[in-house]
Amino acid sequence: MTRAIVEDGSVPRLPRHIKLRFDKARDRWVVLAPERVLVPDETALEILKRCDGETSVDAIVDALAAAYAAPAAEIREDVSALLQDLADKGFIQL
Amino acid sequence: MTAPANIGIDPPLAILLELTHRCPLRCPYCSNPLELERRGAELDTATWRRVLEEAAELGVLQVHFSGGEPTVRHDLEALVAGAAGLGLYTNLITAGVLLDEARVGRLVEAGLDHVQLSIQDSDAVNADRIGGFAGGYTRKIQAARWIRAAGLPLTVNAPVHRQNLAHLEDIIALAVELGAERLEVAHVQYYGWGLKNRAALMPTRAQLERATEVVEAARVRLKGVLVIDYVVPDYYAQWPKSCMGGWARQFLNVTPSGRVLPCHAAETIPELAFERVTERGLAEIWRESPAFNRFRGTGWMPEPCRSCDRREIDWGGCRCQALALTGDAANTDPACGLSPRHAEILALAEAESAREAPAFDYRRMASPAVVEA
Repeated sequence: MTRAIVEDGSVPRLPRHIKLRFDKARDRWVVLAPERVLVPDETALEILKRCDGETSVDAIVDALAAAYAAPAAEIREDVSALLQDLADKGFIQL
Repeated sequence: MTAPANIGIDPPLAILLELTHRCPLRCPYCSNPLELERRGAELDTATWRRVLEEAAELGVLQVHFSGGEPTVRHDLEALVAGAAGLGLYTNLITAGVLLDEARVGRLVEAGLDHVQLSIQDSDAVNADRIGGFAGGYTRKIQAARWIRAAGLPLTVNAPVHRQNLAHLEDIIALAVELGAERLEVAHVQYYGWGLKNRAALMPTRAQLERATEVVEAARVRLKGVLVIDYVVPDYYAQWPKSCMGGWARQFLNVTPSGRVLPCHAAETIPELAFERVTERGLAEIWRESPAFNRFRGTGWMPEPCRSCDRREIDWGGCRCQALALTGDAANTDPACGLSPRHAEILALAEAESAREAPAFDYRRMASPAVVEA
């Protein structure tokens, strides 16, 4: 095994044991992982919802840039950093 | 009905079901109580399913199927399926020695999300000696391979102490070799059986420091390959652990007979009475049980906790440890550097770890006895 590095063409997905789920009792989205419950903020949630094994990092950046009317370069930096951190912790696969 | 004062209580995130206290292993640091519950006292399948429904209703997100050894229960698959059907995240905490390939397959079909497999050491002979079960190591390695082959994600749980810490590098390498995504290197905690065997388990400060270096180096080397969670032995710590994330804040534990506890060791506190799922609903117990409210929040705290900046970080540490080491569960956990008893606890750890390790007092059911009426 080697460390997976996030690139523009990478296609991130949630592994089967990582679950993005709406938590009715607390009225928020959560990521369920082994012995962890993570609460994504609004932007992280938009990114996680697109980690579907079909959408590339490039496409995620484009979608967010359009949604937030922000420069793609800035968005790309944030998206890549978040995805790399999530990949290192095993919350997404590439 | 819910008392008005308790309306603000957040629901728990996770529930741990001790489906049984039966286990083929005899680890001398077992987290089960000294007085193990017997098979005849265990809840039946329908009651456990009701507990799962009540937990999901209450807002629980994750369920840990534990024991004892949960795979001794033939209804484990049915309970996993029940939990998965309720949208709960399902985790199996197992020693693995009773698993076979077909059973792993059935658990996958039932919707199991994740497995935590314990190993006692990377050295087979020492592992079997610590677990008190001949051939256990080989069976665990085989179980890990079946688990991974079935596509289940694996966390290796490695309780560490003075009698296996020298092999920590090899334990980490074994976790990688088995295809684990996560490794818990957990220094043994001193409650129940662990407390009884403390002198046989307590590492020296030098052993602890070496272990911490090994973990930190491995985290860098294995970034993106293996996540390592590290639990330190708190006798040597500066601050106490945030035990269970705070008493009755996030976590519920249910014993084989259905007693509901804020942590697995809570029954050691004699002043508290714990209610059963067969007597009262889980939500009511969570919100209203005097045992849950006794140490909830910060209102119960004595000094130095009461005015401490860290009171909502570590929540006063551990109530069971405060009781075991100071005689009063409401005292500051003596693992805390601010506890007036801390120096005493530290000296005890240093003295015990410097002496030759005594023989293990292995976990066992109480012997049957007949006493005069």
